Amino acid sequence: MSAQDDPALRRAQEERLRAAWQPPKGLFLRWTDVNNNRVGVWYTLTAFAFMLFAGVLALVMRAQLAVPENDLVSAGTFNQLFTLHGSMMMFLFAVPMFEAVSIILLPQLLGARDLPFPRLSAFGYWSFLIGGVFVGGSIFFNAAPDGGWFMYPPLTTRTDLSGLGADIWMLGLSFIEVSSVAAAVELIVGVLKCRPPGMRLNLMPLYAWYILVVAVMILFAFPPLIAGDILFEMERLLGWPFFDAARGGDPLLWQHLFWIFGHPEVYIVFLPSIALFAMLIPTFAQRHLLGYPWIVLAAVGTAFLSFGLWVHHMFATGLPKISLAFFSAASEVVAIPTGIQVFAFIATLWAGRVIWSTPLLYAVGSIAIFTIGGLTGVMVAIAPFDWQAHDTYFVVAHLHYVLIGGTLLPLFGGLYYYWPLVTGKTLSDRIGRAAFWILFAGANLAFFPMHLSGLAGMPRRVFTYPAELGIGGLNLASTIGAYLSAFGVLLIVIDLALSPRRAKAPRNPWNAGTLEWLSHPDDENWGIRSVPLIESRYPIWDQRDFVAKVDEGRFFLPDAEEGRRETIVTSVLDARPIQVLRLGTPSVIPMLTAVALGSVFILTTFHLYATALAGAVATLACVLTWLWTGTAEIPEKPCKAIGHGLVVPLYLSGPAAGGWWAMFITMMADATAFSGLVFGYYFYWTIHPDFPPPDAAGPGMLWPMAALALTLVGWGATVAARQVHAAGWIGAARALLALAIAATLASLAAGLAGPWTTGLDPARHVYPAIVWTLAIWTAAHAGIGAICQSYALARSLAGRMTPVYDADLRNITVYMHFLALTALVAYATIGLFPEAAA
Amino acid sequence: MRRRLRDRIAGLRATLWTLIVPPATWAAHFLFSYLWAALNCAKIGRFARFPTVFAAGTVAALAIIAAAGWIAYVQARLEGDAPPHDAGTEIDRLRFLARATELLAALSAIGVVFTAVPVIFLTDCR
Repeated sequence: MSAQDDPALRRAQEERLRAAWQPPKGLFLRWTDVNNNRVGVWYTLTAFAFMLFAGVLALVMRAQLAVPENDLVSAGTFNQLFTLHGSMMMFLFAVPMFEAVSIILLPQLLGARDLPFPRLSAFGYWSFLIGGVFVGGSIFFNAAPDGGWFMYPPLTTRTDLSGLGADIWMLGLSFIEVSSVAAAVELIVGVLKCRPPGMRLNLMPLYAWYILVVAVMILFAFPPLIAGDILFEMERLLGWPFFDAARGGDPLLWQHLFWIFGHPEVYIVFLPSIALFAMLIPTFAQRHLLGYPWIVLAAVGTAFLSFGLWVHHMFATGLPKISLAFFSAASEVVAIPTGIQVFAFIATLWAGRVIWSTPLLYAVGSIAIFTIGGLTGVMVAIAPFDWQAHDTYFVVAHLHYVLIGGTLLPLFGGLYYYWPLVTGKTLSDRIGRAAFWILFAGANLAFFPMHLSGLAGMPRRVFTYPAELGIGGLNLASTIGAYLSAFGVLLIVIDLALSPRRAKAPRNPWNAGTLEWLSHPDDENWGIRSVPLIESRYPIWDQRDFVAKVDEGRFFLPDAEEGRRETIVTSVLDARPIQVLRLGTPSVIPMLTAVALGSVFILTTFHLYATALAGAVATLACVLTWLWTGTAEIPEKPCKAIGHGLVVPLYLSGPAAGGWWAMFITMMADATAFSGLVFGYYFYWTIHPDFPPPDAAGPGMLWPMAALALTLVGWGATVAARQVHAAGWIGAARALLALAIAATLASLAAGLAGPWTTGLDPARHVYPAIVWTLAIWTAAHAGIGAICQSYALARSLAGRMTPVYDADLRNITVYMHFLALTALVAYATIGLFPEAAA
Repeated sequence: MRRRLRDRIAGLRATLWTLIVPPATWAAHFLFSYLWAALNCAKIGRFARFPTVFAAGTVAALAIIAAAGWIAYVQARLEGDAPPHDAGTEIDRLRFLARATELLAALSAIGVVFTAVPVIFLTDCR
């Protein structure tokens, strides 16, 4: 007989869990909640609202284009409309929506109480909201960006040709990219470390595989754009000529950095949506998904290949044909994994006993639309065809087929599928089906004619067209189609609005087999009653009495004896329990940090540099308070029993710990952004014979080499401090940390001294500008390194870090590894390379 | 000899890192091709008549992918539990990772060949 057979014990456990997971109450305090269920729902609703807003912008555009020579909106307004439509759909809907949905779903799919860093999710949400309102709201002040969602220079970098809009785009969206990277860190650590015991890699739900892959893609795709944004704003605000051909710059560099982000972005928004199919198709086919390793191959393969495609957006820029051929080849190869996924889904449906539900209708319809978009994709991947279709409505048709079939409709299918999980209620089948057919017809009517108008010669991004072109009828059809699909979306919105009045649905209404359907219509905030032991990919179908056992707390961690929010951390490959992680509780800090960081970006847009600097100081203060009060807490006892005789530690440091992974992953993103800048340096060298210019004196060899040596001293001292600290020599560790701080600060000064003492003027030519940028980037990182080291020293002095509990020191060592690498590359590039190239 | 090698491979551990060896090799080869073309065309100004460096790089990439694929092939066929090989056991997890790696090796090999083909057909920088 088990202790869990006692109903009184179970009730007492539930009381304790309920108390620990109590959400904050009160008009303001409820917004300080960090629970994934709540934050995920806010996130989803906000992203949905931005989609509706961006959709309305599209409707205005289609009204303008309905008839030839229309004058509903001016050319200037039209530019703002299409720029904001594209930017919002990409940055404020498609990417955040995947993060939002994953924040809701992932913990439930993985049987975790929450993701590992709930406060980071909340910070990401508030950053997204502030940045999104800032960018989207600009159109009401006639200040929206108007350079297209790709913002090609030089028209956008010249401040006399583009107004505040370009700054709003760069700074507002950079801010949102910060929140995307934050979400990526959260999701990767969540998938790798917070799976339930027994969920080995081969039992992981495919949604989790896709999310892992996509979050990793974000780490390599977004930072190059952040690097590009930095160069772009340096040119706009300070006149440093990165993209100005007259002063040695090159507008093509922006296109490279933008599309290194921009093409993987397409797959970043496609894969998570298709992941929803991987969850709902087995449910409605009533069988396991066929070809599990094939789908993992497809996801991983697509992720890699998508980084070899960016130049297919630049086929018409005059690059050597041999380069075009490489990218054309990679663009063709990516059709293979994409096709594998589609065929795996079709095969599963074929092999199963299909229930034709509303979510499945959306799934099948979207595969049809996506396939058409994929086929035109293969066409435009061939350079000679692309030269004909480039910048015409053919491309508009292609990309909308891909995005509607690959992102929008799957999300609506997911909405109908997962609504009971979030609200406990089902949506109307009748409205859902009507909305689907209207949307399906509307989307095809809107976008199919665009293939023809494009081939007939209608260019993209024009606010009107002459009647003689003979494309009035096609455009009118597109406009009618656009309004028809908008009507379909309106029906869905009405369905959602009616939902609160409907009765609760039964638990697991679709009879699905995966963990997330353990959720109860009257959900408790604790996420899952007990963390299960997993033996199958579809445990609800395959494991005996699974639901009852979870509900009766017969698995792991059924209690919250210490009144703390906790979840289980497991090993990466085989999900063996290795830690009980104490989770972040509701706090105003994430929101304050987002406000402070947002103020830095927003005030810079308006050139209020002094106030922006104050915002930066406030951000630093918020982050330090957050870390000091909320992380690496020394537990009251070393270990804790989680049931079934298992006892695991409450504290981990080093590569087994979630915090270490978060640091490592963040630094990967940072290193990627840095490589974007270094790419810039060598890009100029490759294509410009006078780079470095023969008369450029700086920055010399002495100072860069001194800075490198000092950085390496700081790095070595930190590594040594970690070692001697672990051996128990606390005094020696503190002394070494003090030495490391001094060396790192000195490296900062020496790094800047190179370009400073040789008098490099960054506004004169691109060479001094890129040298200064690399030096400033490295010096700024040295500054942060010194803050990290000081933090570890302070933690040690305050008794919050001991030789056993040393996560702070181990994490900052990861930072120092990356700083050393950055310094090595940066100082070798600016100090040694000019000598080698001369 | 062959049998000994197989036994050694069977004893190797598969991790998430081994999974990404073939596509990472594709990525490295792709970057190498791009840089090779950029340096030839932009810096030297002409296309090498017989691209020895390029051929060597391609053969090296294919060799690494073939090795990773073969190791995965052997591991994916290790004896153990009964089909369908999707239980939560050590051997099934190993077989799953090996199978996915094997498939990725096939995809990456196609990717490398696709990237190499243009060099055979295009012989100048225009």
